Amino acid sequence: MKFAAKLLLENGISFEGIGFGFKKIGVGEVVFNTAITGYQEILTDPSYDGQIITFTYPHIGNTGINFEDNESKKISARGLIVKNFCDFPSNYRSKMSLEKFLLEQKVICISDIDTRHLTRILRDEGCKIGAIYPSKYFTDEEADSEIKKFGSMDGKNFIENVAVSKSYAYGAPETKKKFKIAAVDFGIKENILRILKQMGGDVTVMPPTTTAEEIAALKPDGIFLSNGPGDPKVLTKAVYEVKQMMKLEVPIFGICLGHQIMSLAYGLKIEKMTFGHHGANHPVHDLKNNLVFITSQNHNFAVAGVDDREDIAITHKSLFDGSIQGIEHNEKPFYSIQCHPEASPGPKEFEVLFERFFEDMNA
Amino acid sequence: MPKREDIKTILIVGSGPIVIGQACEFDYSGTQACKALRDNGYRVVLVNSNPATIMTDPEIADATYIEPVDWQTLEKIIEKEKPDAILPTMGGQTGLNVSLELAKRGILEKHSVEMIGANREAIDNAEDREKFDKCMKDLGLETPRSGFAHSMEDAWKIHKDIGLPCVIRPSFTLGGTGGGIAYNLKEFEEICMNGLKLSPTKELLIDESLVGWKEFEMEVVRDKNDNCIIVCSIENIDPMGVHTGDSITVAPAQTLTDKEYQEMREASFKVLRRIGVETGGSNVQFAQDPKTGRLVVIEMNPRVSRSSALASKATGFPIAKVAALLAVGYTLDELKNDITDGKTPASFEPTIDYVVTKIPRFNFEKFPETDSRLTTQMKSVGEVMAIGRNFQESFQKAIRSMENGLNGLSSILKENEGNGAIKLELSTPGEKRLWYIADAFRRGWSMDEVFVSCKVDSWFLHQIKDIVEDEKIIANSNLEQIETDTLKSYKKKGFSDARIADLLKINEQSVREYRYKLNIHPVFKRVDSCAAEFDSTTNYLYSTYEEFNESEASSNKKIIVLGSGPNRIGQGIEFDYCCVQAALAFREENIETIMINSNPETVSTDFDVSDKLYFEPIVAEDVFEIIRHENPHGVVVQFGGQTPLKLTEEFEKNGIKILGTPPSSIDTAENREKFKTFLSDFNFLQPENRIAQTIEDAKKAVEELSYPVIVRPSYVLGGRAMELIYTDSDLSNYLTNVANISAENPLLVEKFLDDAVELDIDVICDGEKTLIGGVLQHIEEAGIHSGDSSCSFPPYSVGDTQLHALKKEIKAVAKKLNVIGLMNAQVAIKDDKFYMIEVNPRASRTIPFLSKCIGNSLAKIASKVIIGKSLEDLGLDAEIMPTNYAVKAPVFPFNKFRKVDPILGPEMKSTGEVMGRGDCFGEAFGKAIKGAGEDIPNQGSVFVSVKDNDKKYLPDLCFKLQRLGFQIFATKGTAKALKDTDVKVKIINKVLEGRPHIVDAILNEEIDMIINTTEGRQSIKDSFSIRRSALEHNIFLTTTISGGFAIVESLEKGVENWGYKPLQSS
Repeated sequence: MKFAAKLLLENGISFEGIGFGFKKIGVGEVVFNTAITGYQEILTDPSYDGQIITFTYPHIGNTGINFEDNESKKISARGLIVKNFCDFPSNYRSKMSLEKFLLEQKVICISDIDTRHLTRILRDEGCKIGAIYPSKYFTDEEADSEIKKFGSMDGKNFIENVAVSKSYAYGAPETKKKFKIAAVDFGIKENILRILKQMGGDVTVMPPTTTAEEIAALKPDGIFLSNGPGDPKVLTKAVYEVKQMMKLEVPIFGICLGHQIMSLAYGLKIEKMTFGHHGANHPVHDLKNNLVFITSQNHNFAVAGVDDREDIAITHKSLFDGSIQGIEHNEKPFYSIQCHPEASPGPKEFEVLFERFFEDMNA
Repeated sequence: MPKREDIKTILIVGSGPIVIGQACEFDYSGTQACKALRDNGYRVVLVNSNPATIMTDPEIADATYIEPVDWQTLEKIIEKEKPDAILPTMGGQTGLNVSLELAKRGILEKHSVEMIGANREAIDNAEDREKFDKCMKDLGLETPRSGFAHSMEDAWKIHKDIGLPCVIRPSFTLGGTGGGIAYNLKEFEEICMNGLKLSPTKELLIDESLVGWKEFEMEVVRDKNDNCIIVCSIENIDPMGVHTGDSITVAPAQTLTDKEYQEMREASFKVLRRIGVETGGSNVQFAQDPKTGRLVVIEMNPRVSRSSALASKATGFPIAKVAALLAVGYTLDELKNDITDGKTPASFEPTIDYVVTKIPRFNFEKFPETDSRLTTQMKSVGEVMAIGRNFQESFQKAIRSMENGLNGLSSILKENEGNGAIKLELSTPGEKRLWYIADAFRRGWSMDEVFVSCKVDSWFLHQIKDIVEDEKIIANSNLEQIETDTLKSYKKKGFSDARIADLLKINEQSVREYRYKLNIHPVFKRVDSCAAEFDSTTNYLYSTYEEFNESEASSNKKIIVLGSGPNRIGQGIEFDYCCVQAALAFREENIETIMINSNPETVSTDFDVSDKLYFEPIVAEDVFEIIRHENPHGVVVQFGGQTPLKLTEEFEKNGIKILGTPPSSIDTAENREKFKTFLSDFNFLQPENRIAQTIEDAKKAVEELSYPVIVRPSYVLGGRAMELIYTDSDLSNYLTNVANISAENPLLVEKFLDDAVELDIDVICDGEKTLIGGVLQHIEEAGIHSGDSSCSFPPYSVGDTQLHALKKEIKAVAKKLNVIGLMNAQVAIKDDKFYMIEVNPRASRTIPFLSKCIGNSLAKIASKVIIGKSLEDLGLDAEIMPTNYAVKAPVFPFNKFRKVDPILGPEMKSTGEVMGRGDCFGEAFGKAIKGAGEDIPNQGSVFVSVKDNDKKYLPDLCFKLQRLGFQIFATKGTAKALKDTDVKVKIINKVLEGRPHIVDAILNEEIDMIINTTEGRQSIKDSFSIRRSALEHNIFLTTTISGGFAIVESLEKGVENWGYKPLQSS
């Protein structure tokens, strides 16, 4: 059922619209995602914990929700903002409407606002903390105080909300040759696990608190460090453990937050970006092979300060803003990537990156 | 990798005349390619026979050949210009086919010309269905179950295998010509026979029918490093079974999950790689089973296409320009994305934050004999596009851009039509299926019932149903009771003021006033290819009802140019050419130029042609909102044909300044009474005429005037419903079946000037002086619509003294009519007397042709005059005299419409035109015919059958033909006229005179050319089979005696003596 809803930003700007989903105050960092397809994957991506997602594409919900495309079991995002909310989905795989999913997951959505205007604000002024709320049930003051309570994204750790607390094995590998992979879960996307499994990974998903010692005990062929939400700078313990893992002499592959943690382990700097990268059309330049990949992206932090280093090198850069997208160690089989080679949603062409991981584990 | 340095000169092949399936989108892409390559230092040689294009403007290429686009001509030009490379991918199917022919004949190799952008193998793989099928199998991609037939025998075998219904497509034909869906054996045989005839390779692809499957297109660009991007996805609202060109489509695809979208994306790249498209743009078409998601590849085009033009306009990503640069060695990451001011590279995928809807425009009313059901053969002649922040808004904006009298999802079901009619319209669609769907909902059909009948995805059906439900609410309200938020919500869904007014049964003005009172206005948003992720200052804008406005109105002096809307017969690319020239002229004078247009195929909607582009419907409501926001110095209406002219009255009422010729002059010229008075001061007669408000009036008028007469409804475009009447029975048939005569719809009955010479004169007047742009002589006699006549510049059979006198009179007319800018006059000369047929104080269809003839852009000069320059200031007080002959020839869509008579008359039927240039009339005419895709035979048998009035010319004509070596065949009656001459005639039966008759002779390939003139409904009907079988057997046919003489002149010159000169050298 529709209801009157409002979006309030920390800078006082507010939008009135129509609410869908669960009637509560949803507070988080408002970001925008420019992907046209894949709202189901985006909503269920654990990396969005603590954030409210603005979809720039104006029709959301068209294909409903199916049972196959989730990236995790739940919606981690704190709310969503759309231009037109579709309550009559059409797709042969659709099992329920987006509205029903939001209700089940207790997530609020605001629609019918000028999302392009909002996007311009976020682009020009940077991401803002904001709150979506049913305007009949909550006052602007209540929303504002929730925003203040939420405070800044700096130093926030959402990983406990999204990662496993106990190790588990992720299904049987689908190839003859098997590789033992220790995947540290900071909020891992399901499709990463699917790909690892498909390519022959005998994957053990491990909690974010896993130590290098525990990993060593598993005797893996390779270590995988996953994506995840929030500010990487607070993950000092994880960074420390990754430093230790780097002594284990097995290939390490990190994606997104995993990439940032590895970078911190190298002693690199992490900077918060103005509005980050969230979309499925970002060109990434592969410097070694001089190729361009169109990639899926979702991050608000970027690695900096590789230039004067001799032990590591930049392998990939964003063609949008020149930011670092990939780093590798010059001697050891360590490499990491900022964007999402597992796609889902987004272009699948960067999946080739996983091949290197398997080649190195094979070596 | 930077561009290639080993190439210096590049030959670009244009697409020739506008035909169904190949319209001005190739002018847009070709122009972009020429500009991009020249900017990069290449010498560009261009061949295109279509003078109405921007690309053939002398400034666009280094050497421009307005010559027939065929391999013979291209070989001559290659010999002369010695290009290093040929770019075949910008000229549609024509460009591709001709380039392939040049390769196959070894001509490219002989002259060391490299094919860039696509190679022979890739073209073959994509176009040859058998090879294509194999490629897809190699990739593990599914194609429809199918088979290839090279004979009827093959066809029957395949039929056994795949059953009915099935889709039949002839190979290598344009816009799917000759293709169709067969539901029964009779249709199967008919379509196969016809297709075998039409396919140049005598090949048919017969496919399992996927009727009702969802249809998608992906626009792909690839560079030589194998970087691939999708520029845009397109979803067809009309499911499989209707040609994409005839389907209502949306961008981006609306009903795909990311998984399905990525599957198509990956498949598209694989297809490009396998087919071998190394660089450039291509499109890949898919069908998807709505029940299982099974994906099937339908086809791919290894070139820029209609869809890529649409994708470029839909996203702002210039596919043709990028494709041209990739062809010379650049890679995507080296190119900048212009629309973000170069902030991002071209190697990304555009993302959009709006919805684009394209609706095709048809002209079935001009071909009443043809079946107006939509099939896999394209039949539309133009299209509109509209942008909105939701589907409903973009859809309803597109509807009102169509200029077909509909301002929304108006009910079109007749009172007496029931569910049966709806069912039929839903399952065998015509051009208005979505309107019938709306009517089905109005009549209470359920979602499922509608879906089962039409197979349109329920997402779209819900959108339509929602509009219908809102309409019900509106219809039950009173204007003053509609609250601000409610009205806003209607406007957000794209309801026009006019539609709301219709529903409330009040006038549009009241709704507008009420809306203004509530202060509800649209804002303007930018098309930026990145969904606002990056700041962009490119002024490519659209309106929507939201909060934040992105279009900053400057305080500069600015002018709005109104475009010409969708292409249709009677209003085509010529007017877009004029609009572009106007924009260029104003920008040269440092005036901020604002373009408004709704046609995605055009150059005028290229965002860098003007300072600001509003991609909007050209109707009062939307134009007023732009004017309100921009507050321009004035509006220019004289270049876009009828579309902007229709708005003049509204502009005047609202105090909006019209630049150039004042509206009162337009009125004088269009109002018959006023014009009659006006003309009394001049040395012009007018064909005698009467206005009839009743059938009795009309009969009386004919009695007074005597036959033959021309009849026409009072307000017409392109001669709609105009007819030449010779007999009482023709007249009563017309009055009862064609004309809907009434006091509001009076009929003009005009004495027809038999045997008159008709002239078109275009002039520019600055208020004082008048410049004669040129005088064109129609080759066909009066009575044939000027748009359908071939014409010659300069006139080839009118004396200088007469011409001089005529020009003097016309100059005076222009001055007295207060023309500022362009004026066109149509004059007939009969018995040394001048008759004024009509005067149009605006740009005419002949402006681009004439401009090419005289090497000076008349529309540009006129634009400068409009903003106050005198002809003297511009150094243009003397008429520019031609240095050679040029002939304009029309091109007809008769082969797309089965059962249509290819006879010419007062109603315009041509879709495009070509230009032939030469030292003499004969050469120019011959080239024009060749450019139009026909071959005048230089030997063999000619069949003559002419109307009585033409018989006096027959001895001369036939004698000349005989001297050229032709054997003359004639019907008994016609032969009589040759009895006392040296002409040896073989008599042949008319169809009604028993067999063997002329049609038998045609079928037996005994006839090479036909000269068939006729008059009167009955004799036209009797001789129909001659013309139709000539058309179907590619036998050269002319339906006028003057056409016959022109052929003789052309043959006397001889093809071997033709010369080829670029525009720039003359």
